[in-house]
Amino acid sequence: MNARGLNRFGEADRRSAVRPYRGLPAPGSRSSDLVPRPAYTAEAEERIAGGCGLMGVCDESGGRMSGELALRSMSSMHDRGNGLGGGFAGYGIYPDFPYAFCFHMLFNDDVSKDDTEYYLARHFVILHHEPIPSKSVRGIEDEPILWRYFLEISDQRLAETQLSAEDYVVHSVMDINNHIKGAFVASSGRNMGAFKGVGFPEEIGEFYRLDEYRGWTWTGHGRFPTNTPGWWGGAHPFCLLDFSIVHNGEISSYGINQRYLEMFGYKCSMRTDTEVVTYLFDLLLRRHGLSVEIACKALASPFWKDIDLMEEDDRQLYTALRTVYGPALLNGPFAVVLGMGEGMVALSDRIKLRPLAAARKGTTVYVASEESAIREICPKPDRTWMPRAGEPVIARLAEGVSPATSSTYDAVA
Amino acid sequence: MAEMTFVRPEFRVRIDREACIKCGRCVHQCGWDVYHLDADDRPMPDHSRCAACHRCVTFCPADAITIEKNPLAYKESDSMSSAMRKAVWRQAETGGVLLTGMGTDKPYLRIFDHLLLDACQVTNPSIDPLREPMELRTFLGRKPDSIEVERGNGDGRSPKLLTELDPQLMLETPIVFGGMSFGSVSLNVHRALAMAAKESGTFMNTGEGGLHADLEPYQDHIIVQCASGRFGVHADYLQAGAAVEIKIGQGAKPGIGGHLPGEKIDEQVSTTRMIPQGTDALSPAPHHDIYSIEDLRQLIYAIKEATGYKPVSVKIACVHNVAAIASGVVRAGADIVYLDGFKGGTGAAPTIIRDHVGIPIEIAIAVVDQRLRDEGIRNRASIVAAGGIRSSADIVKAIALGADACGVGTALLVAMGCHVCQKCHTGCCSWGITTQRPELTRRLDPEWGAERVSNLIRAWSHEIAEVLGAVGVNAIESLRGSRERLRALGLDQTTMDIIGVKPAGVGH
Amino acid sequence: MSPSSESVRSVPTGPARRGPTGIEPARITAGQPGLEKGPVTRDGVTARIDARGIYYKTLNEQIREQVAAGVSTVVLDNVNGQRYIGAGISADHLTIMVNGVPGNDLAAFMDGPTVVVDENAQDGIANTMNRGLVVVRGDAGDVVGYGMRGGRVYVRGDVGYRVGIHMKAFGQQHPVVVIGGRARDFFGEYMAGGEMILLGLGDSSEPLVGSYVGTGMHGGVIYVRGAVEGHQLGKEVSVVEPSPEDMARIEELVTDFCRAHAFAAAEVLARPFGKIAPFTHRPYGKLYAY
Repeated sequence: MNARGLNRFGEADRRSAVRPYRGLPAPGSRSSDLVPRPAYTAEAEERIAGGCGLMGVCDESGGRMSGELALRSMSSMHDRGNGLGGGFAGYGIYPDFPYAFCFHMLFNDDVSKDDTEYYLARHFVILHHEPIPSKSVRGIEDEPILWRYFLEISDQRLAETQLSAEDYVVHSVMDINNHIKGAFVASSGRNMGAFKGVGFPEEIGEFYRLDEYRGWTWTGHGRFPTNTPGWWGGAHPFCLLDFSIVHNGEISSYGINQRYLEMFGYKCSMRTDTEVVTYLFDLLLRRHGLSVEIACKALASPFWKDIDLMEEDDRQLYTALRTVYGPALLNGPFAVVLGMGEGMVALSDRIKLRPLAAARKGTTVYVASEESAIREICPKPDRTWMPRAGEPVIARLAEGVSPATSSTYDAVA
Repeated sequence: MAEMTFVRPEFRVRIDREACIKCGRCVHQCGWDVYHLDADDRPMPDHSRCAACHRCVTFCPADAITIEKNPLAYKESDSMSSAMRKAVWRQAETGGVLLTGMGTDKPYLRIFDHLLLDACQVTNPSIDPLREPMELRTFLGRKPDSIEVERGNGDGRSPKLLTELDPQLMLETPIVFGGMSFGSVSLNVHRALAMAAKESGTFMNTGEGGLHADLEPYQDHIIVQCASGRFGVHADYLQAGAAVEIKIGQGAKPGIGGHLPGEKIDEQVSTTRMIPQGTDALSPAPHHDIYSIEDLRQLIYAIKEATGYKPVSVKIACVHNVAAIASGVVRAGADIVYLDGFKGGTGAAPTIIRDHVGIPIEIAIAVVDQRLRDEGIRNRASIVAAGGIRSSADIVKAIALGADACGVGTALLVAMGCHVCQKCHTGCCSWGITTQRPELTRRLDPEWGAERVSNLIRAWSHEIAEVLGAVGVNAIESLRGSRERLRALGLDQTTMDIIGVKPAGVGH
Repeated sequence: MSPSSESVRSVPTGPARRGPTGIEPARITAGQPGLEKGPVTRDGVTARIDARGIYYKTLNEQIREQVAAGVSTVVLDNVNGQRYIGAGISADHLTIMVNGVPGNDLAAFMDGPTVVVDENAQDGIANTMNRGLVVVRGDAGDVVGYGMRGGRVYVRGDVGYRVGIHMKAFGQQHPVVVIGGRARDFFGEYMAGGEMILLGLGDSSEPLVGSYVGTGMHGGVIYVRGAVEGHQLGKEVSVVEPSPEDMARIEELVTDFCRAHAFAAAEVLARPFGKIAPFTHRPYGKLYAY
């Protein structure tokens, strides 16, 4: 076995790859003794689709910007949403706990909070926990209990479960989302967090006091769900580990994407097509070890017509990519912004059915559904451009900025 | 005068005597010897021989012939139907096993006809398949779970693929031709299919009767079959095709071998099958080197060794335990699992087997696809679904249920003139398809046949593209296995659960 | 540093509280619905509106008010993302100068006025435009001139996907789109009438145009300055050499475009052009079985 979990035939190790993310075994035991409980789906019995506006900004040098930027940018795209969901992800926002997995939790009630805390205490070392600060904002109501937990995993637990820290966290996220009624993990990465809820994005940003955080990457989203009332967990971004996705459009290939992911142990429980995008990036980037560029070419692949015109090496590569990752192809109209430990990626579908604009000023990369949303926070960029269909816009954090870009991580102040 | 029989003719041949010009063409065209000319050169039909194949109707220059159902009334009984009674009489008269050709004609539930497709409205756009890219290209073969790509070192070099993929069969449309042997069908049929496969960017399948030398120019578009009779199987034959198919079973007759009567073994068939002329060609029920799954693995790898590791397809009939069997087949090393549903066609099969053994392809696709996913080995082999695929709609639904591509046989023959009279086993096919009689086989011009088959495949491919456009995806892989885009109308809950499809009226 | 827990209200466990606070005024952008009007200065027949932070609906009302008051030039400063500027306005002697990046659907259904954008324009400009002129000094986004029936669009820079989609001519109406830079895929998709010219000016490693040029095109003509390969074309169109009449028309339109954008027309015309047009009006005649 090599480091990526592939055996010498190039096949992923079945023991790890196929094992569903169904939960962590109780401490001291060797297998899962969790009894499944009703899933957290009461708020969304149907899969949610809809139109949206989105943005992302990343300072590649690691300079930390106020969350107000994301808030203002989204505010300018107010009319792309309908007030039934808004959200943001910020990276580099928790310099006090840079290595801890930070769980942003949404709880329906005290019982779900107690259950979750019992679970977290059993499986993690809780370094710190506190309410997620917020303030009253007109239009934001019926918010769930919002709490954040900074977590570490003991070496003993990792040894017991034979899991990587990341897989350990994925199992626990699936546990909580699927088995603890009324509890929902909004985000679970390191030095990052998701702030989302029902409301217009600028209201949600205000509610979460986003302007008081500073981060090197921000993504934002305003929803226009078409067929179900918004629920707090259903707002974007959708997060797993350090990955966060904001998404505009609809994934018409959801059915097969979901079944493909199930084969690798993911459980799509949130009933939104966006969820599969997050898991696909986790699968391709983290577990299959593909580069961002290649992963994007799997998710929004070139057409056969163009592959046939390529030079031999490229043709082989892209033929293999499409042949192997056909079920991962994201088909239908979409633009997504992926926030990750290493930076930020924006990608649109391969025939550009959803809008995406990009700009750069100095070391900072901006993307948004509309150029005006970029100009709102960067009036005079060095350069603006229209990203090509299926061609990712990539912002890469400099070495050493985040835990993901360095082994000797040292946050840039 | 034949012996007295209770079995009255199924059809009546009506000749408009006013219109008839007594040209005698009907006598000549009929492969069943229905007609003889009377003293006044009037064609006189023997109704009992008519198969309703319409050859005479089509070629009568005066348009003077119609074939009617024999209106003879039987005392009605749903249980002991007239067909049942006739079967009993026939067997009482002969003591024989009822034999038939083509797929079952019994009115079993057709699940395909109870599945409805989705389409886009507002939240996602449908796509215009005529003017925007629409990709049907399909690769059959074993695929790794992931690939490894050399990471760029920031030197601007383009990334390089490090994983070596197993060989794949590239289809320009998700349709392959089902195996039909030379012997059961004529050489001209084989020629037509080979040409059409090349034209359509897909593959014809030799069936178990070997590969005639005339087909060598098309070998990049041919899958050669190796069945229990091993007819014409030798090292060069295995090398000749783009892939090799091991036929374990056939949907129309699971668990049953084949029997090509000596009369059909003429010189050409004899040379191709490498058996003496005029001897019966018997295919044993099992492969006698495969009594268990590990033996299948041994044969698969023997073929891979002999062919320099070409893709190996294993064709199995859909039986009750098909999911577990398919899983075993994949684990034994097959690159393609060819599932043949119980409605599949055949050149000859005992009626009891054809009509009563096996399970429908729709269910087989669903359970095999799900089983392979549950085991995490879905990538390791492609699923080709066959046996009861009648139209492009069936193909789309089969793919949405989880098939990579569909195998089509009967429809190709219909394109070339077959009227589904179900008498393939007699060797009298008036259309020159399932016969070796030279005066009949020469009726099928291979180029004409190839053009009609190519037209059919092109038309179906357009129709598949239309559906993809409507469901808002522009590549076939985005529909494959996407049962979310199917809804059931009038299926019971258990069936819906088994095939993983929700009832119509339920949203996402 | 993140806000500390001390400064935070207690966790809500009771009924939801309705707070008095809205969004901080500093964070209100033009995207926020609001009735506040932009400051107007009037100089003869020219009106100047500061559009900073003004909601599109209010801004467009202000434009219409000025037009009704007899103004012939409206200058909009600090525009950012306001949609529908010039949309649906029917006027013959009106110029709208847009300073900033206007929002989507600029000049949609417009009938007569001239709109000049000094920056990039977003998606959907000149949507179903009937008459008038749109000049964009920067780039324009996707779907320029969807279903445009008349008037002209002159974009100095590049344009995105599906530009000129279903442009059509009708009676005296004859739409023209001239692009100074480069265009992406589906240029002239479903085009039914009118003319488009793609110039490919300036230094760029980008191709002149993407794929599927003129796919579904069944009327009108596209002139390109530079080569377009066969694999870039839709299956209904072909590239041919322009006739002398074509060249005269190209010269006329390019000269007008160059005047609007201060290019040297002679230099632009010095390079060879190709003509893309449908070779059949019924490309799908053989597709259907009856």
